[in-house]
Amino acid sequence: MNEARLYIRLLETSIRSQLQYRASFLTGVAGQFLVTAMEMIGILALFHRFGTLQGWTLGQVALFYGTISVAFAIGDALGTGFDRMAALVRGGDFDRILLRPRTSVVQILGQELALRRIGRLAQGLIVLGAAVWILEPAWGPAEIALLVLTVAGGAALFLGLFVVQGALTFWTTESLEAVNAFSYGGVTAGQYPITIYEDWFRRFFTFVVPLACVSYLPLTLVLGVEDVLGLPAWMRASAPLAGPAFLAAALGFWSLGVRHYQSTGS
Amino acid sequence: MSQIVVESLTKVFRIAERRAGLRGALAGLVRRRNREVRALDGVCFQVGRGELVGYIGPNGAGKSTTVKVLSGILVPTSGTCEVDGRIPWRDRRAHVRNLGVVFGQRTQLWWDLPVVESFELLRDLYAIPADRFRAVGDELTRRLDLGGLLNVPVRQLSLGQRMRCDLAAALLHEPGVLFLDEPTIGLDAASKLAMREVVRTINREQGVTVILTTHDMDDIESLCQRVLVVAEGKILCDGSLASLRRTVSSERHLIVDLAEGISWNGLDGLPAREVEVAGGRVRLGFDPENVAAAELIGRLTARYPVRDLLVENPPIEEVIAKLYAGGKA
Ligand SMILES: Nc1ncnc2c1ncn2[C@@H]1O[C@H](COP(=O)(O)OP(=O)(O)OP(=O)(O)O)[C@@H](O)[C@H]1O
Ligand SMILES: [Mg+2]
Repeated sequence: MNEARLYIRLLETSIRSQLQYRASFLTGVAGQFLVTAMEMIGILALFHRFGTLQGWTLGQVALFYGTISVAFAIGDALGTGFDRMAALVRGGDFDRILLRPRTSVVQILGQELALRRIGRLAQGLIVLGAAVWILEPAWGPAEIALLVLTVAGGAALFLGLFVVQGALTFWTTESLEAVNAFSYGGVTAGQYPITIYEDWFRRFFTFVVPLACVSYLPLTLVLGVEDVLGLPAWMRASAPLAGPAFLAAALGFWSLGVRHYQSTGS
Repeated sequence: MSQIVVESLTKVFRIAERRAGLRGALAGLVRRRNREVRALDGVCFQVGRGELVGYIGPNGAGKSTTVKVLSGILVPTSGTCEVDGRIPWRDRRAHVRNLGVVFGQRTQLWWDLPVVESFELLRDLYAIPADRFRAVGDELTRRLDLGGLLNVPVRQLSLGQRMRCDLAAALLHEPGVLFLDEPTIGLDAASKLAMREVVRTINREQGVTVILTTHDMDDIESLCQRVLVVAEGKILCDGSLASLRRTVSSERHLIVDLAEGISWNGLDGLPAREVEVAGGRVRLGFDPENVAAAELIGRLTARYPVRDLLVENPPIEEVIAKLYAGGKA
């Protein structure tokens, strides 16, 4: 059984046990949907009051918001195992992962696929649909491909953030809220066009955590609007690759962390 | 050539000290104070293929740490070890494919799954061929009497039931090397015997190399030809149980049941020492190099009417306790 099939096999197990607790699964999905729906209503109210957001129309903001929401929902669902690392490391149960002849990454990935993230995913897709409905864009295959690439790059980026967060537990299982701020804060920040933020914030989310590369930069190209940073089109089109690049770096950091794992005394 | 080679293995744990109170916690964020625990301090030993070695020592001696380093879970601070020519933490996946590990304190099974599903997951993780899986699974189920447990979720098993399942889980992929860290902890007498029997069989019949950590000296006496004693992260001695006894003390015990109505009036010049006097039973310690058992018995019976006599070694627990304390009898 290769790693991909093993991953599917592990997920089957996780999904089956999630469905065992059906009530909690359904409330989880509903909860996710509600939380994000509330956010959306907030945005609508904002537009109702001001008409545009620093020159961005409702349809455009909906495209940003929907893209990032879908990407985050996917990254978050895949990365749940990494999000749970603190408990695994604190209790010494990571021992078990290392005793098996498989990469720790596939085992942690396979630990859990959070199905309740379907709530957020559905909501993101609805917003994306709404964006298309409002914008009535004349997209060709190139634009649609770039949009899909952007979502994939975003999912990889968010997964990478969860990997980094998980890797940090090898050094400390405390004060991880700080890292959580990057993933959960990142999704909130990325839901809006990055031009509305201060310079330093923009730079951080372009070069350190390349969030702009999986939202603002390619999406301006999809929307056919000017990019205030003035980057050439080819750079904006390939920007989503920063997502997988970030994930690769995160996995490198993960291997470093595994060597630092201390287990527990008993 | 030895299968397992351990050289000057050292493991230092750095523990961030927590300071009390909010102010302490905030200070800890800025500058961490670390405390060091030297769990292993230059451990050296070698184990040949097919050996069954006991690895004993007092609490906190570094036994579990050694097992974790040898399993590839922990990276040592310095020193090295090789199993079948592989460095465990560097070549982890190839290494653990041929390794079974049981930690008595913690299960390797999936908490929420029935035992049989855990086994099936292990089959896929280790890529065990279906026919081997069936044959080995059936054999272990029979030997460890798991028949009634296979469909029970792991979290519902008693400690002893779980331990038997854990041993089976560690053997499903037919490893050539087996590490057992306190595998008999909390087991009842029958389960202990079953566990030992399985370990003995796979060692004798399949030539599996076993390192066994335990605080139960019966495990050691019934299984191990060779014992390593570790204390404070260093190997204290290495040899057979008999040679361990000799390093602590060559003393043997003579148990005397005095005849009805006779009371013990002290050694009175006999070349021995009183270990215990309880009613009509007296336990004497003597050094066989100093006085032969026959001579001691002769001189004793000349002085006291005796109903029964027994010569034996001091209980192994006593020997080990002395060894751990670093004392000589
Ligand atoms: N993960 C860890 N973090 C910090 N210190 C540890 C850790 N694991 C072990 N230690 C320390 O290292 C020393 C050796 O521990 P170890 O668990 O190897 O002992 P042991 O011989 O297995 O003892 P026992 O018989 O109680 O199981 C102890 O002082 C312990 O506190
Ligand atoms: Mg231990």
